[in-house]
Amino acid sequence: MNRTISLRRLRALCHKETLQIIRDPSSNIIAFVLPVLLLFIFGYGINLDSTAVRIGVVLEDTSPEARHFADNLYGSPYLDVTTQLTRSAMEEAMIAEQVRGFIVIPVDFSTKLKRAAGPATPLLVVTDGSAPNTASFVQNYLRGAWHEGLLQRADEQGKAAAPNITLEPRFWFNASAESRNYLIPGSITIIITVIGTLLTSLVVAREWERGTMEALLASPVTRTELLLSKLLPYYVLGIISLFLCVAVAVFILDIPFRGSLLVLWGIGSLFLASCLGMGLLLSTSLRNQFNAAQAALNAAFLPALMLSGFIYEIRSMPTAVQAFTYLVPARYFVTAMQTIFQAGNVWPVLLNSSLFLLMSSVFFIGMTALKTRRGLE
Amino acid sequence: MVCLESVQKHFKGSAKPALTGFSADIFPGAITGLVGPDGAGKTTLIRLMAGLLTPSAGSIRIQGLDPIADASTLRGMIGYMPQKFGLYEDLTVLENLQLHADLRGLLGEQRSHTFNRLLEFTDLARFTSRFAGKLSGGMKQKLGLACALLGQPRLLLLDEPGVGVDPISRRELWKMVNALADQGIAVIWSTAYLDEAELCQQVLLMNEGQLLFYGRPAELTSRLQDRAFQIRNISGNRRKVLALALCRPDVMDGVIQGHNVRLLLRPHVALPDPREFNAGANAELVPVAPRFEDAFIEALGGGPGGYSELAHRLQPIIDDNDTVVEAVGLTKLFGDFAATDHVNFAVKRGEIFGLLGPNGAGKSTTFRMLCGLLKPTSGNAHVLGIDLKSSASLARQQLGYMAQKFSLYGNLTVKQNLMFFSGIYGLKGRQQQAMVDSMTEVFNFQALLARKTDTLPLGFKQRLALACAVMHGPAILFLDEPTSGVDPVTRREFWTHINGMVEKGVTVIVTTHFMDEAEYCDRIALVFRGQIIAAGTPDQLKAQVATTANPDPTMEDAFITLVQSQPNPDLSNPAPAHKATS
Repeated sequence: MNRTISLRRLRALCHKETLQIIRDPSSNIIAFVLPVLLLFIFGYGINLDSTAVRIGVVLEDTSPEARHFADNLYGSPYLDVTTQLTRSAMEEAMIAEQVRGFIVIPVDFSTKLKRAAGPATPLLVVTDGSAPNTASFVQNYLRGAWHEGLLQRADEQGKAAAPNITLEPRFWFNASAESRNYLIPGSITIIITVIGTLLTSLVVAREWERGTMEALLASPVTRTELLLSKLLPYYVLGIISLFLCVAVAVFILDIPFRGSLLVLWGIGSLFLASCLGMGLLLSTSLRNQFNAAQAALNAAFLPALMLSGFIYEIRSMPTAVQAFTYLVPARYFVTAMQTIFQAGNVWPVLLNSSLFLLMSSVFFIGMTALKTRRGLE
Repeated sequence: MVCLESVQKHFKGSAKPALTGFSADIFPGAITGLVGPDGAGKTTLIRLMAGLLTPSAGSIRIQGLDPIADASTLRGMIGYMPQKFGLYEDLTVLENLQLHADLRGLLGEQRSHTFNRLLEFTDLARFTSRFAGKLSGGMKQKLGLACALLGQPRLLLLDEPGVGVDPISRRELWKMVNALADQGIAVIWSTAYLDEAELCQQVLLMNEGQLLFYGRPAELTSRLQDRAFQIRNISGNRRKVLALALCRPDVMDGVIQGHNVRLLLRPHVALPDPREFNAGANAELVPVAPRFEDAFIEALGGGPGGYSELAHRLQPIIDDNDTVVEAVGLTKLFGDFAATDHVNFAVKRGEIFGLLGPNGAGKSTTFRMLCGLLKPTSGNAHVLGIDLKSSASLARQQLGYMAQKFSLYGNLTVKQNLMFFSGIYGLKGRQQQAMVDSMTEVFNFQALLARKTDTLPLGFKQRLALACAVMHGPAILFLDEPTSGVDPVTRREFWTHINGMVEKGVTVIVTTHFMDEAEYCDRIALVFRGQIIAAGTPDQLKAQVATTANPDPTMEDAFITLVQSQPNPDLSNPAPAHKATS
């Protein structure tokens, strides 16, 4: 068998593949329209920050002390406060989902507050447990607001100075703690997974279905040429897509980018190679476009979405699932992308990710090479 | 050129070998036909020669070289056109040629010279910038051939080049391939059309992986000399004549040819008297030339006889001479492409009406509108006086439909398919059980009831599909290419059932691209590019094209002449890019 690569044949095959990509509207949609669409969905649609949560305040006590406390809540940009005078009215609002939780300022609020000593004053905080994230946010915020109110009061009365030690929280890498800043770099991972795996899962299977593979196999094309001709054009397409995503993220969505483009290109290439390898492996072994696309969705897209730590924190997963995430290439690229975007070139993290991505690329492309036969059996 | 020595091929997981002990020699400068129905092993044999499969036993030598071990040397010598032609539909004609030229190292001046020669040879020079997907079947086939010829092969492997191509293009291709053989190339042409075998210099006649015959086709047909006859001037019912003839021990095979019946007698029997067939006083027995199909039938042990148990069990339908199916200005547009273009015809009760034409002519689209499966863009279709536009489901209860490729549930068993199809047509309880039992007896399904339908041989699938279509006793039977890919003996059996049912008053509308099957029809309509270009009895159509040079034309002759006599049969007009009917 002719083992050498003929550049002429490889160029001819790549040229053919490129023409097919350009002329296939669905490739173009997957490569260029889908990424931008997904970026905007992840950029604007999904937001893990709770802004303007609707809460209620039941003012059973209308004394100045009680009002003063309520004012703390009204001033917050994170809350949208509704005021009622009775609990029953608030309960109705809660059931109708007009509020996500409420705090009750009881009739004896000011009396108990004025009482210097004695048992602590309990305040009732009710939250909507059917939306746990929001519920705990409401709970924490109200607790914080109460604490703040007490300190202020003490300060005003000059009775006792504020405590000697206070917490000064700072968010590193993402100073305003905006979820978008880490969601977007993560979502680029999802996009590259879709492009890399879904597109390539179709290409070899398509040749089998249309009977063109037989014609290729009967020509002097070698296995290496066949494999490279499927990898190279889609690699170029994927890299263009990657940089398109980064451009949209930085210039349109205003996501800070602190690393270097060269590093991004390097790690992006490794991840893309792993995705392309997986897509080609599925396509080569299944030889059926529909099955290959389904398999690509399940084997690449879903793990990238659920198990990469892009949205769901890996540390809060069960141990067995955590162990499994080490096998998901997207996990390493999510880490790398979030690092490059938010922290810059942090070499220990990036090298670690690169090593794993390199291994998975070699694995998938190697397996595809093994599965690619110069025959029909 | 090629030496096959007891070549065998077993595929993993299939009980029967795909090829059993093939030995043959293939010579340069000649066309060798691989002839047989689907599942005969034609494609497997071609792939073995192309080095795409490894034989399980035996050896193949192409000019002394092994197709697998010496693949790199041989690839330059072999031109291979797979089924469906192996073209990239989203590349243009020229881009397809360029790709294959690059892959085969055809460069520089030699390349432009070869391109010019092949484009001229295939008459594709005008279409170089057209996408391959937008070419008609015949043009695709020529382009596939041109791609296979780029490396200037010494051996040309063509896998069913005639499928999906109209008869005119098929004839052109034969001319081209003959010219290639004259240049000294060894051509291997695989086909399921038995009549094509007679055009080859030598044939390998195959069935279910067995080599039935290897040699010159004339040698095979000459064995049948003086055994083929036509009964002419029949005054009675020709279907009854055929049924009677096929039940006799001295008749091996018989078919209807227009108003005549063609018979193949068993060897060493006395000539029968045509009056014994109830053919009327004027009937005469005229000797005709044996055909290749006769030889195939003989090799398979003769035809199935003329008695249809299925028809015997049917309730007779009273022949009121009514028009039962009518199409008026029937039109279906897919985009701006007219798959069916103002089609008019009427079918009377108890008739066999044939829609004849090449793949993509619009037969299936017309058909699906008549069954109420597709809504016409304009025009009307009436079945038993019911307008299909307004009450398609009411009409559907009255008709049986056997779809192209037998739309059975492959992962249900034979019994489950029978129960399902009888159930959806409203049979239930004891009546349903009785009908399923009856079908089981008629078609000998007893041993197969628990088998998954996917695993059945093609012939049984066809029988099962027919059973499923007739269980509810339909007055009208729609058969969409019911015999494609099936061996000739099974086809005979199928037509015996159809003839029997028609005698019981069932009306049959059938599509086919087998020109010889059209002869069974009472009337046929030739469909080409969505339009009916001619209609009448088979004999009328043939008579239309008879000349002094060709006084007794075949149905295919009639078809080709009628198509070519069309005003401006614009051959540059492409077929639709997608198959509009699927």
